[in-house]
Amino acid sequence: MGLVQYALRRVIPALITFLAVIFLNFLLFHAMPGNPFALLLRDPRMPPEMRAKLAHAYGLDAPLQVQLLYYIQNVFSGNLGISLVYKVPVTVLVSERLVNTLILVTPATILSIVIGTAIGTLAGWKRGGKFESGALLSSMFVYSLPAFWLGMVFIMFFAVMMGWFPTSGITSYGMQYEGPLAYLSDLGAHLFLPTIVLTLVLLGQYAIIMRSSVVDVLAQDYILTAKAKGFEETKIIRDHVFKNALLPLVTLIGLNIGLIVGGAIQTETVFSYPGIGRLVFESLATRDYTVLEGAFLAISVSVIVANLITDLFYAYLDPRVRH
Amino acid sequence: MYAEKFTIYRKQFGALWDVFRANSLGMIGLIVLATFVIMALIGNFFTPYETAGVGTFAEILNPPSWAHPFGTDDVGRDVLSQVLKGAGVSLLVGMLAATISLAVGATIGLLSGYYRGILGIVLVRFTDIFLIIPALPLIIILAALLGSNIWNVIFVIGILGWPGTARIARSQTLVIRELPYTLRARSLGASEHHIILRHVLPGILPLLFANTVLVIGSAILSEATISFLGLGDPTRLSWGTMLNFAFSRGALFAGAYWYVIPPGVCIALIVLAFTCLGYALDEVLNPRLRKS
Repeated sequence: MGLVQYALRRVIPALITFLAVIFLNFLLFHAMPGNPFALLLRDPRMPPEMRAKLAHAYGLDAPLQVQLLYYIQNVFSGNLGISLVYKVPVTVLVSERLVNTLILVTPATILSIVIGTAIGTLAGWKRGGKFESGALLSSMFVYSLPAFWLGMVFIMFFAVMMGWFPTSGITSYGMQYEGPLAYLSDLGAHLFLPTIVLTLVLLGQYAIIMRSSVVDVLAQDYILTAKAKGFEETKIIRDHVFKNALLPLVTLIGLNIGLIVGGAIQTETVFSYPGIGRLVFESLATRDYTVLEGAFLAISVSVIVANLITDLFYAYLDPRVRH
Repeated sequence: MYAEKFTIYRKQFGALWDVFRANSLGMIGLIVLATFVIMALIGNFFTPYETAGVGTFAEILNPPSWAHPFGTDDVGRDVLSQVLKGAGVSLLVGMLAATISLAVGATIGLLSGYYRGILGIVLVRFTDIFLIIPALPLIIILAALLGSNIWNVIFVIGILGWPGTARIARSQTLVIRELPYTLRARSLGASEHHIILRHVLPGILPLLFANTVLVIGSAILSEATISFLGLGDPTRLSWGTMLNFAFSRGALFAGAYWYVIPPGVCIALIVLAFTCLGYALDEVLNPRLRKS
């Protein structure tokens, strides 16, 4: 099977997952008894005519299955409703925040994968030594750290006590920039701590899986062959071990994108970073359910797409899975 | 007969314990965990100070002293007493939520691996969908809609933590259903019911056990996170709730490290204990991983 054919076959389950997310959203926010939109109409002081009018405006007087169809139609036409608090379309709010999240998450993810695989490879290579047990224990330690707490500690020590970095936000509020360079350095100063926090909490899992993957590969016969041929150890690690050990890691990256989302929600909340995770927190606090619903949809879609990409990347790296 | 069986079990357990004891990661996990269990017991029966109510004005955000080894919080309550109380909440939520995840995950995984027909396909798709949908946002939304109550928190975390367990249960079931002893039982006319309960389930449980220990760790982390976001049970002080108060009431800007560090270190250590323990158990119970 070619890569394109394989891609087409993988798109279908992704679409099914997308439909499931839409259905789940509908179930949680519209169909469950006591759902937020039903509560909108429960004000006892409201005259019955007005209640009927509102119910009609929101489409709440239609049967549930019709509401579901409306909902699906609206999602596919990019209409996620209007924020109950900000009174702007949810789509606008969510897409703005999603871009900010990507600015934070992309470098942190790449950094954590690079550092994590490096530590994991070294640990697997130097098996049984002090480095291995130290690397394994510290990987498990950073993996166990709550991201929100690490963020709090960093803010307290490096931003409040030392004053090296700003405590929150994405840029300084109301700042007039002299040029693009000044803007970028301000942005960088704000991004520094959240990026480090997110990188640290994510890299543990990559180091752990890379270590066990390297150990597995080292036990393979072709490594023995390479050794028997008299290749240098560093060459064997680089050309034979590392490449093959990467495969399980790519699968893990795909499976654990949810962890990146979780880390981003916590990090953004603590640093008041205007990303989609902070939007979830804010809409929780203000009970802005249309935004909460839209944010969940946007997050899920991003995860589904990212998952599809890693899936295809894996198929590109390892043609065997295409058959 | 039973005495004989008991001796065999004890010998088997003794052999496993010897393998486990040689695993330093596992022993670290066990010791740390034991410390937290003792902490939870102390916190349940005796705390140096009352954790309900408020202190006097002079007691607000006091740094550590002999009277308050971990200082006081933003309303003058003793931090150490709160930290002691939090251990019980974490252990309770972690264990119960992981049990729910185990029950749901094992059932779905086993059935999806055992039945190849339409039921199997539907369950596999269902698992795949929940593997992809990010858990934390869903936990947050469900917890917000259901309301802040510790049983709701346990239910939500448990009911959304099963897909990983289901995946392992399924792949193990696929192996066991083709093993000679299962085939033998089937050809002897054993019922599906019998095969699943007496042959497949006992075969997959050891691996699921190691996994469930890891799930306890992530359940504790989830509880801390949603409590930090303000969705915890306000009547039960957990470490996450403490950090929520510390964050929202300016402990960071007051530099009150004594209020911020202890609960976070406790969360990290208890999760680390379960993580180490889970990995060690996996090595002990999964013969393929055992170091030769």
